[in-house]
Amino acid sequence: MRLEPIAAPSPARRIVPPLLALLATFTVATLLALIAGGNPFSVFGLIVKGAFGSKFALLETLNSATPLIFTGLAIAVAFRAKLWNIGAEAQLYAGAVLTVVLGTGALGLPAYLMLPLCAIAAMFAGATLLLGPALLKTRLGVDEVVTTLLFNFIFLLFVSYLLEGPLKDPMGMGWPKSARLLPEARLPRLVEGLRIHWGFGLALVAALLVWVINTRTTLGYEMRAVGQNAEAARFAGIPVTRVILKTALLSGGLAGLAGFSEVSGLKGALTSDLSPGFGYTGIVVAMLALLHPLGVVLAALFVAAIFVGADSMSRAAGVPSYIADIMLASALLFMVLAILLTKFRVRRD
Amino acid sequence: MNNTTKAQVVLRLQGITKRFGPVTANEGVSFDLHRGEVIALLGENGAGKTTLMNILFGQYTADEGTVELFGQTLPPGAPRAALDAGVGMVHQHFTLADNLTVWENIVLGVDPLTAPRLKPAQAKARIRALSDQFHLKVDANAKVGRLTVGERQRVEILKALYRDAKILILDEPTAVLTPQEAEALFATLREAIATGLSVIFISHKLHEVMAISHRVVVLRHGKLAAERATNQTNREDLAALMVGSEVSAPSIETGAPGASLLSLRRVTTPDQGAAPGLKSLNLELAAGQIIGLAGVSGNGQAALSDLLSGLITPTSGEMEMNGTAVQRWTPRTAIAKGIARIPEDRHKTGTIADFDLTENAILETYASRFSRRGWMNWAQARAFTKDLIKTYDVRCPGPDIRIRLLSGGNMQKLILGRVLEEAPQIILANQPVRGLDIGAVNYVHGALAKARDRGAAVLLISEDLDEIMQLSDVIHVISEGRLSPGFGRGTMRAEDLGAWMAGHGFDAESPNAT
Repeated sequence: MRLEPIAAPSPARRIVPPLLALLATFTVATLLALIAGGNPFSVFGLIVKGAFGSKFALLETLNSATPLIFTGLAIAVAFRAKLWNIGAEAQLYAGAVLTVVLGTGALGLPAYLMLPLCAIAAMFAGATLLLGPALLKTRLGVDEVVTTLLFNFIFLLFVSYLLEGPLKDPMGMGWPKSARLLPEARLPRLVEGLRIHWGFGLALVAALLVWVINTRTTLGYEMRAVGQNAEAARFAGIPVTRVILKTALLSGGLAGLAGFSEVSGLKGALTSDLSPGFGYTGIVVAMLALLHPLGVVLAALFVAAIFVGADSMSRAAGVPSYIADIMLASALLFMVLAILLTKFRVRRD
Repeated sequence: MNNTTKAQVVLRLQGITKRFGPVTANEGVSFDLHRGEVIALLGENGAGKTTLMNILFGQYTADEGTVELFGQTLPPGAPRAALDAGVGMVHQHFTLADNLTVWENIVLGVDPLTAPRLKPAQAKARIRALSDQFHLKVDANAKVGRLTVGERQRVEILKALYRDAKILILDEPTAVLTPQEAEALFATLREAIATGLSVIFISHKLHEVMAISHRVVVLRHGKLAAERATNQTNREDLAALMVGSEVSAPSIETGAPGASLLSLRRVTTPDQGAAPGLKSLNLELAAGQIIGLAGVSGNGQAALSDLLSGLITPTSGEMEMNGTAVQRWTPRTAIAKGIARIPEDRHKTGTIADFDLTENAILETYASRFSRRGWMNWAQARAFTKDLIKTYDVRCPGPDIRIRLLSGGNMQKLILGRVLEEAPQIILANQPVRGLDIGAVNYVHGALAKARDRGAAVLLISEDLDEIMQLSDVIHVISEGRLSPGFGRGTMRAEDLGAWMAGHGFDAESPNAT
């Protein structure tokens, strides 16, 4: 078998494989639902109902999508420039740590100063964290996949240390948990009485901004050029190293915002289970969105809906909610295959 | 030559047709190859030579027609079958593993993976016998990475002979050789046909075709344009057949040298892997002149080109532009100083394949001309590209299509327009017409001559000696990173330049070089 590149893919070739990927994902999920003893139609029905069936369900889905939009954007921005940032998880925690450091009493400011300050600090923290691997890549050629991935574990242990030590809540009855944020450092609720908060609005704005950066600004043009063909970009005089560093700052900053949004909007305090892997799921989101910033919003909603819906489905139908993880994993695998099929034709020798 | 018509037919192509979407690469091509015969397959780039050979090799499946080897029809789309039947191919780009020795490369793939172990002594003895018989001098124990291009080619030929090839296909074998090395290759081929091998020789160099072949098969636009016995034709006839009509090349007069625009004094650059860097090189580029740089590929052309492009800086020596020393040397400073750069590889270095024409046209000047305070002015960029398309006759549907869909010639015209619009003082043209059809070649050469006439200095790097001799006012030869003195147009014959290309004459010229 050989793969033959297609010079000019037709519109059908660009649309059909991703649709097939979606279909294949649901086929896999159907089989699993059958094996688990559920009726596939009612399982999918319950997932949809659990994700969108009520005002509460819908807001819960939007809520869960919020951190995924941020990390998905962070990954999409980096991957576009072929900077393989696998460290959004650590960057998210860095943003959360700095939000907690500033927001639990170190500063006494009104909300309209406190919130922007915390957000900027969180972006700064995330950006700084990715700057190290980016510098190692541009200066010494160290593979950023390895450095960013491994740094996730180091930083998570560091967060555990902080929560057992300097940041531990003195009133926390011994739990590894930070003190609660001051009310001035909390993002307000979007709908009173429900968990949905302004982080979601911020995420939408971020997606729009990234889209504008990509298409309208000089940096966006440079980032795309470096990602598509670094050799040609360097030859043409584009400052490739600087563009990679700027990309790293933007990507890390977006991941840091995810941490800010989760702590300030949702949890109110830092624990070591703040993120159940949003940094990694962001990779899936970005890939499903084909790295398009507006597509990231849709992909994040899709992923969040599956998780939220699967939770309530499993309570009702008795099919384990792990089916959501499998659906996500197979969606990613099929999508990667689909992307390949939009660019190559399979030939048999 | 012996009477080949009575000899056994070893290969028969019949009515081969191959289409790629709307493009017909081959249409009804038929010819026979006899035992002990050399057929020259002649044609412009894009005439369908490579497609035809890929069909013969089973890489592509023909839409119509059959390939017969020794009377047996080849199953379509089975690469192994042609190899097993005794067809050996020497590609333009070698397919050798640099980190293995010569003999290892040669036996690689011959013995099945399940064979208990290799028998080096036996293999080496056989290789030695073959290399003696066919005058293919090469050390069987040497690492391929250390060999010269000419030696690597010999390894490729040995590889084919080791597999008992009865038909040898050579794809533009002389493109990387000096005239002397090419002569040695021809001696090998004569030896080969004397022992009953048959050869298909793909080329577009007419004098070689005349020297080595018995018959010439001319392809044009995928069709068989003509088939001639070599002794009943001549170069002019073949050129006309190949091109289709009498195409007149632009006549390039010599230019008078003006002020020195760029001078390199004792410039040395680091080696780039196997390719040598520059070795204490002196070069003067004067206004109003085309300076041709001849040489076998991989002798420092890349280093000189990278240096003028701003990609590398000298480790020692001085660079002066317009009388001032050059400092902080980057691609951007090179562009700002008025150096137009036409890179050797327009697909990988010159353009970004998935960018549209507009995005490619502004690649070098976006920062200074199409961007303000960090925002792109796409309307202006698009208008600029539309002008460029019109002025430089880029044939395309419009500025919004991806550049990968353009032919090589149109791609090159866009690059040419992109750099010439800046009214450059110095033009670095590295293999500017490689792979272009004759119309595009003439266009590019005409544009370079025009730029020269308005006072620019043009450095033309090419492996095609004919091109160099036709265009250049002054010719330098580069060999192992050293530069010969400049020779005026018409003062040197090709053979004399060939001697320099092979490295003769440098030691006497520069006593410091060892």
